[in-house]
Amino acid sequence: MESKNNWKAWLYLAPVLILLAVFTFYPIINTIYVSFLQGYNYKSGAYESFSLYNYLAVLTPYTDEGSYMFNQVMKDALPNTLLITFITVPLSIVFSLLIALGLNSIKILKKFFQTVFFMPYVTNAIAIGMVFAVVFDYDYGVFNAIFGLGKTGWVSTSDGSGVGYFNGLFAICFYIIWHSLPYKILIFLGGLQNIDAQYYDAAKIDSAPKWKVALKITVPLLSPQILYMLITSFIGSFKEYNAVVGLFGKSGGAFVTEGMPSTMKTMVFFIYDQVDKDNVQFASAASVILLIIIMLITLVQNRVSKRRVHY
Amino acid sequence: MEKEKKVSYPYAASTSDFVLALKDSESSTERKQKASKVAHVLTLIFTYLFLVVMGLIIIFPFYWMIITSLKNPVEIKAAVPTFFPTMGLHWENYSRAFEFLNFGTLLRNTLIVGILSTLGTLITTILAAYAFAKMNFKGKNVLFALMLGSMMIPGEMFVITNFISVSRLGWIGGEGNIGYFAAMIVPFWVSIFYIYLLRQNFKQIPNELYLAAKVDGKSDWSYLWKVMVPLAMPTLTTIFILKLMGAWNSYIWPQLILGSEKKELWLITNGLRETSFLGPGETDTGLKFGAQMAGTVIVTVPLLLLFIFFRKYIMRGVGRAGIKG
Repeated sequence: MESKNNWKAWLYLAPVLILLAVFTFYPIINTIYVSFLQGYNYKSGAYESFSLYNYLAVLTPYTDEGSYMFNQVMKDALPNTLLITFITVPLSIVFSLLIALGLNSIKILKKFFQTVFFMPYVTNAIAIGMVFAVVFDYDYGVFNAIFGLGKTGWVSTSDGSGVGYFNGLFAICFYIIWHSLPYKILIFLGGLQNIDAQYYDAAKIDSAPKWKVALKITVPLLSPQILYMLITSFIGSFKEYNAVVGLFGKSGGAFVTEGMPSTMKTMVFFIYDQVDKDNVQFASAASVILLIIIMLITLVQNRVSKRRVHY
Repeated sequence: MEKEKKVSYPYAASTSDFVLALKDSESSTERKQKASKVAHVLTLIFTYLFLVVMGLIIIFPFYWMIITSLKNPVEIKAAVPTFFPTMGLHWENYSRAFEFLNFGTLLRNTLIVGILSTLGTLITTILAAYAFAKMNFKGKNVLFALMLGSMMIPGEMFVITNFISVSRLGWIGGEGNIGYFAAMIVPFWVSIFYIYLLRQNFKQIPNELYLAAKVDGKSDWSYLWKVMVPLAMPTLTTIFILKLMGAWNSYIWPQLILGSEKKELWLITNGLRETSFLGPGETDTGLKFGAQMAGTVIVTVPLLLLFIFFRKYIMRGVGRAGIKG
């Protein structure tokens, strides 16, 4: 029995609708609008012209001569974001799936392990990023000590020798995977517990080996969760920001590898950087590009899922 | 294959043959069982080994943070890092961290923003979830789909225009602090995900209760607050805790609107990231790391405590996000 007071319902919804209108729906339209305003001054609202200038500026192909301002998306932000995404998403899904399968198959200490693996979720990404920076420290870092690497720069160096880009990439990917495991493990564990026991009984009668059961029964039955994780972690790693600030600080790091990005700035890093520098129009153009990329990924993955996912 | 044939055509073989075949298959299942037992134990050992190694990797940064925060600055710089503080526990790192962080101010700001934005969210969420769960109105499904759809849009798009809005509104850039607090609180008074979460919960509450309340002459309003809200307390607790944790962890929005000019309004994460942990003229990395790690412990421990005491509530909220309807 639902009450049918039309106007009353809208009254209940009024606070949410007003807040959403001002802080969510209007911003979507306005940000797209601002992305077309050349030379926009957000304080006065003045602009020079309505054009594609901001998009061209943001997407200026990288040349050595070009000013850094106009090619940091193509030189740093986009390659960094793509590399981080294509490294961390598959690895974190594989690791979390293996851990979830492991947790699901044990009884002793199960609760203990579950708690341990969930811990990174309830931490502050900036704070733990700073801890990783200490672990990866050039002079006194325990990472170099454990693996006997001497003085190897991962985050920064103290003697001006500079950090190689791929070292920085390793450090940030290591941290991102570490930080993203708990949520994925939780979702996969939930999916595993929902799998009907009769599938396993059938496998037991056939006395199929465990790895075969995992590969032929568990993983296919888990495909909805895997797809969900793929989409959300693709989107999530396209929006990576806190991990970079936590590990490298507000500069985004500095790398010396020829032909590779000179910072670990990501797309979202670039966007916030531009807002901070009062270039909201460049930030807007970059955020619209980000929106388009995210929508494309979701579309492609939905297409694939129709053929591959077993429901 | 061979055995199957024998069993399917017993008349073709003598009885003794048949018994032999049975025996043979028996011992082979025994062997199989033994082999599978060995395989089972091996798998189990391997599983535990894998979990222990991964668990150590997960735990290590926490462990390193804690022991570094307790090490003597000289020990932090040791050529061979020690895995346990050998020069005594150096609690001075903590007093330095509290001092450099200006911890009292950071805590006050974070609590003001956290509690006020949480209370606002709870109120708007309760009202909207009630309307979506128990009321009928034109365009209900369209509106709900539209709201869920907007969760797909990258938050950066909102941040950019909200930044323009709060400066145009004069909330930031002025002298007073109230405007800055408003800018850190008001835009976060609504959360579509929590509306979704609470709506699901409200829907489970049987409508018979509503009819009974109507018979008692209760209005919708008092039914919502006297019956629905108490019944949905677990979900509301989940929202409360996750939202507080959100304020504790928020970094970018306060950083954008406060910058380094409005240091006195920084939230805890801004303070932690932007503080150098070195006094004027000090350059010692050991001193810096000691205090810095003490600072990260100070920021991390409340979160872990919340997790320990409200584990059930936190898991409810987090786990729900992954279950597809």
